[in-house]
Amino acid sequence: MSDEKEILVEQVRDLPPRDPGERDSTAAVLGERRRLSDPMDENAARKEMRRRSLRTFLFGGATAAIGFFAWRWMPNEWKWNTFRRTFEVNEKISRFFYRPTRLAPEFSSSQISPRRVNGLAGMETELDATQWKLYIGGLFGRNTDLALSLDEIKSLPRTEMATELMCIEGWSVVVHWAGVRFSDLIGRHLPNTTDGSPPDPVNHPERLLPYVSLTTPDNGYFVGWDMPSILHPQTLLAYEMNGEPLLPEHGAPLRLASPTKYGIKQIKRIGRIEFTANRPRDYWAESGYDWYAGL
Amino acid sequence: MTKRLEKKHTLAIRWLHWINFPLLAMMIWSGLLIYWANPVYSIWIGNYELFRFFPPGFFEFLGVPRRLAEGLQLHFFFMWLFTANGVAYLIYLAGSGEWRSILPVPGSAKRAIRVALSEIKLVRSKPAQGKYNDAQRIAYTGVLLMGAASVITGLAIYKPLQLAWLTTLLGGYQWARWMHFWLTILFVLFFAVHVVQVVIAGWGNFRSMISGYDVVDETVSEPSVTTASGEEAKA
Repeated sequence: MSDEKEILVEQVRDLPPRDPGERDSTAAVLGERRRLSDPMDENAARKEMRRRSLRTFLFGGATAAIGFFAWRWMPNEWKWNTFRRTFEVNEKISRFFYRPTRLAPEFSSSQISPRRVNGLAGMETELDATQWKLYIGGLFGRNTDLALSLDEIKSLPRTEMATELMCIEGWSVVVHWAGVRFSDLIGRHLPNTTDGSPPDPVNHPERLLPYVSLTTPDNGYFVGWDMPSILHPQTLLAYEMNGEPLLPEHGAPLRLASPTKYGIKQIKRIGRIEFTANRPRDYWAESGYDWYAGL
Repeated sequence: MTKRLEKKHTLAIRWLHWINFPLLAMMIWSGLLIYWANPVYSIWIGNYELFRFFPPGFFEFLGVPRRLAEGLQLHFFFMWLFTANGVAYLIYLAGSGEWRSILPVPGSAKRAIRVALSEIKLVRSKPAQGKYNDAQRIAYTGVLLMGAASVITGLAIYKPLQLAWLTTLLGGYQWARWMHFWLTILFVLFFAVHVVQVVIAGWGNFRSMISGYDVVDETVSEPSVTTASGEEAKA
C-alpha cells in the first residue's frame, strides 16, 4: 500500500454531526463531531480497514495474552508479596489521614443488636476467673510485668459507649460497652518511649513505643495494634457488654472493644499486654489478612 | 461505491475501555469472595424469598468458599487500578470533548424509549442519533455513575469511622454495604446486555472498538464555511 493512503486515513477530519437536519438530536444539541477520512473506493477502504484491523488485533491480542499468562504463571509468592505490600501502602495512607478526633457514631439503647458470638480462638479452655490478672509489659521504669486485678482495672475511670462492631466478614452489631479507655490505662501506667525520654502520652504520644501486643492467657489468640488506634478515645478495655458483665464467649473477664478496627482485632479474654518497638505478631495477619485492619 | 473510514474510538478510549474489563472482572470476583463470608441479600416478594444471592451450589461451583482473605487482598489491590482507570477515563472524556458522544440531554429519556421500542420492532422509525443513540447515552453515562457510586459506597464501608460522615450520609454501614452489593449486580446486568448488544451490532462495530475505525458509506457532504466576507468557501 502506498504512503498516500496512510496519510489519507491519518488525516481524519472533524465533520458536522451525522444528522445536521435533526436540530434536536442529542448529538446535534451537544455538538458532536465525526472524524472521517477522504472518500475512497470500496476496495481501498476494505484493504485499509483490514490492514488496520490486523495490526491492532495482533497487538491487542498479544497484550491480552501477555497479561493473562503473566498473571496465571506469576509465582504465588510474588502475588502474596504484592498484596502484603499493598496492605502496607494502604495502611500508610490510612495512618496519614487518621485523626483521633473523628469518632464513630453512637447509638441509642433501642438500637442495640442481639448478641452475636463469633470466634473462640484462645478461649478453648476454662478460665479460673479468681486467678486471672492482666499482665502488662514494656512499662516505663519497670523490667518486669505489672499485674492488675479486675478490681484495680475497674477503679480506673469508667467509660460507656454504644457503637457498631464491624466484622471483617461483612456483618455488624450494635453493642453497648462499659470499660476503661485504653488511653486512661496508659495515663496511669506509662509505657516506655522509643528514645528513653519520660513518657508523655497526652502531649507526645508519638514518642511512646509504637506498637501494642495483646494475647490471651494461653497465647492461643494474639493481636497487634498501632499506638494511635489504641489511644483512640473509643478504644476500651471492656468488662461489661449490654449492661451485664462480659460472658465467657464474649471475652470475660476483659476484652478490647473499639470501632477503629474490625472485630478480629478486638481480642477477647486478654491475658497480657506488651508495649513493643516492633510490629507484633497477629493471628489473622498470619493467615493473609490485613495487619492494620483499620476502619 | 465510495466509502470512507470513520475514526469511531480514539486510542485512549480503546485502552481505557479494555483495561477496565479485567479490572472490573477482578473487582467483581474478589467482591464475590468477600461477599461469601456473609451472603445475606435476597430478592423478596412480600415474605417469599424469590432468589437468594447466592445458592450454596453457585458458590461451590465457582470455588468461592473460604477465600475471604484472598478476596480482601485482591479487592484492596485492584481498587486502586480500577479507580485510577475510571478517573483517567473521566478526565479524558472531559478534556477531549468525547463527552459530547456519551452524555444524555433532557430529551434523551423520551428518545431512548423510542430506541427501545424500535429495537423490539414495535415502532419502525428510530430517532436521529450521532455515534450513540439515546439509550446508549443513558446506559454509558449510567455505568460511569455506577462506577463512581461503587467507589463512594466502597469508601464508606472501607473506612466507616474515619469517613463516618460519608457512611452516615449513605444511611449507615449496612445500607452502604447493601448499595455496594446492588451496584455490583447492576454491573453484571450491564455487562450481559452490553455483550448481547455488541453481538447484535455485528462485526464492524466490535472491530471498531479494537482498531478504532469502521467503514462507512460516503454520505457526508463537505461542510461549507461562511467566511468573514460573506462568501461561501469549501472548508
